[in-house]
Amino acid sequence: MELTGSQIFIKSLEEEGVDVIFGYPGGAVIDIYDEFHKSNFRHILVRHEQGAAHAADGYARSSGKVGVCIVTSGPGATNTVTGIATAYMDSIPIVVFTGQVPTSFIGTDAFQEADITGITRPCTKHNFLVRRVEDLAVTIKEAFHIARSGRPGPVLVDLPKDVMQSVTEYKPVTRISSTVSTYRPAIRVSQILDPISKAKRPLIFSGGGVILGGASDELREFAQNVNIPVTSTLMGLGAFPGTDPLWLGMPGMHGTYYANMAISHCDLMIAIGVRFDDRVTGTIDTFAPHAKIIHIDIDPATIDKNIKADVSIVSDCKSALQLINESLRNSQFTIPEGQYDDWFKQISTWKAEEPLSYHQDDKIIKPQFVIEKLYELTKGDAIITTEVGQNQMWAAQFYKFDHPNTFLSSGGLGTMGYGFPAAIGAQVAFPDKLVVDIAGDGSIQMNIQEMATAVQYNLPVKIVLLNNGYLGMVRQWQELFYKKRYSQTDIILQPDFVRLAEAYGAVGLKATKPEEVEPILRQGLFTPKTVIMDFHVSREEGVYPMVKPGSSLSEMELLTREMIN
Amino acid sequence: MKKKAYTVSLLVNNKPDVLSRVSGTLGGRGYNIESLCVNTTMDPEISKIVLTTISNKTSVIQIKKQLDKLVDVRKTSVLTNGNATEREMALIKMNVTEENISEIRKAIDTLKCRIVFMGANCCILEATGRQDEIETALNYLKPMGIEDIARTGTIALGRK
Ligand SMILES: Cc1ncc(C[n+]2csc(CCOP(=O)(O)OP(=O)(O)O)c2C)c(N)n1
Repeated sequence: MELTGSQIFIKSLEEEGVDVIFGYPGGAVIDIYDEFHKSNFRHILVRHEQGAAHAADGYARSSGKVGVCIVTSGPGATNTVTGIATAYMDSIPIVVFTGQVPTSFIGTDAFQEADITGITRPCTKHNFLVRRVEDLAVTIKEAFHIARSGRPGPVLVDLPKDVMQSVTEYKPVTRISSTVSTYRPAIRVSQILDPISKAKRPLIFSGGGVILGGASDELREFAQNVNIPVTSTLMGLGAFPGTDPLWLGMPGMHGTYYANMAISHCDLMIAIGVRFDDRVTGTIDTFAPHAKIIHIDIDPATIDKNIKADVSIVSDCKSALQLINESLRNSQFTIPEGQYDDWFKQISTWKAEEPLSYHQDDKIIKPQFVIEKLYELTKGDAIITTEVGQNQMWAAQFYKFDHPNTFLSSGGLGTMGYGFPAAIGAQVAFPDKLVVDIAGDGSIQMNIQEMATAVQYNLPVKIVLLNNGYLGMVRQWQELFYKKRYSQTDIILQPDFVRLAEAYGAVGLKATKPEEVEPILRQGLFTPKTVIMDFHVSREEGVYPMVKPGSSLSEMELLTREMIN
Repeated sequence: MKKKAYTVSLLVNNKPDVLSRVSGTLGGRGYNIESLCVNTTMDPEISKIVLTTISNKTSVIQIKKQLDKLVDVRKTSVLTNGNATEREMALIKMNVTEENISEIRKAIDTLKCRIVFMGANCCILEATGRQDEIETALNYLKPMGIEDIARTGTIALGRK
């Protein structure tokens, strides 16, 4: 069958099972857009290309499928870079298609030419410039394969205009040449079970790899069978139930006191799908100083990168945990009665000493209170996205995530403006689910234009705005480390968010008193429309506890609210 | 940890942007490339890149792992003095005068160099050897008047 590049493009997406694409048109992709029109392909028109990349990312994180977006050449392409880098840092499978000037113009500084494969080389898992229409179908196939296989990541495909206009014989691609190495887990289960049987203070430390690898059920079975407490990184929230008695909360800079103490005192750490990021470890040489470390990860390059492992297993989390669980079921593996008793007692003491806490009086709304109420009202049955800053940390601390793929947050890059377009992507993937973006007043304004997208497609995304009138997290650092010199963090001019919502045809609600929090949340969550709930919260509330940058996790006790004031 | 020179040999797909992916992967992670050689192999679809970097053992393992992740890299090996033969080449342009010509000829005999071009008042020598041998040759010839040099990076073949 003779087809144009643009027709092959649509066919190839269909072959991959793509049911929706987020995008924004322009001259270089106008032929493709003509095919969208003719074939009635589902396309969500965003209002800024960064929004398209984040929406594809939110779609991918919530559904586990590859998210797809398309933009024009030059500025359209460069606008996606933050979204691509965000996905890269968190290993999220998206495929970004960019238009490009015709091949004969490449390198001539033509109108709207940008060397986007050059620009994105360091922040994509791989990228392609398609020079011949004959290569198009196979390149698209490879792009999806690379995005989702091994440690996932973003892939960019650059499409010159003339390639999309050229004609060639099309047949669906069945074989690809791409050599993304896959690793067969070489595990001796005894390497893991022996240390567990000997440990007195074991700890499971899980991360985003468990969610990406679809290994949450396996993690639960494993932790419950061996009865070992669990802490998870920001990226791993939801893989293990936040309501389980074994759950310790998130560790790290704004983690729980007891998770950090458990890391600092454990004698065995089973690290699964984590990369030991510096926000989690504190100073690296004092991280888990007493522990034998078992590290399971799909990416060989994470092994021994930041933390030296005593036992390392290169495997996807699911296969590794399945093997371990199987062996637990079939063997007489038991842990001597009472072996962990002292450990559990110690953990209970830490929990009692320093629980996550805040004080809600009857005058000013505390942001933590809003999140707790949100949790109570949703019973955890929602997809939560966050922006970046205090809002993100409070969401991680005070919302209990029981299910994987329900907490979407830019962990690695820390991208303000991520949460709202990501929520749009998640809502497109799950039209009937409650999707909530927990936002700060700074971050929400970074992609506020996507209100139009949400309203146009009837996407009932809820924005819970913790409005403190500050770039709160930066202000907190200025309070703690720069003698309260609030340089450029006090947002003097704010839009009226209620009227802003209304201007877009959405619903705007506002709460200024604690007793209004629950009614406004109820009203907002049960309105089947796009809603902004603007909560005017305590302006100088801080995120605590906190490990000072450059300190050990064990020094966390030094920095709770009381110690500062 | 002690730093020393490591030679990394890669088999890569012979495509226009592969070199920049390889050098970008090292540069982006703060590793310096000391020398670099690229050419095709017996299979025209595959190129070999040989690069050297001053590093320690942990870092060079990390470099190898990061390079292995590149889609266009087929195989990476770290070669050391013990397990590989390494060579460099230099072309050296010398001013030739009646006074130094005999000196140059004598030097060539001792230095494993040869004359590859002879003009009226200059000549070009070719020196091939290990890096330290090239250094020795250059140091020896320097007083006789080197006009210009061009050096390749290291190439290396594993002995196994
Ligand atoms: C795109 C981007 N620019 C700057 C920053 C640096 N930064 C981190 S947190 C923060 C403040 C966020 O303020 P806001 O969205 O109001 O959230 P809050 O901390 O008050 O909850 C800033 C500016 C960032 N993370 N991302």
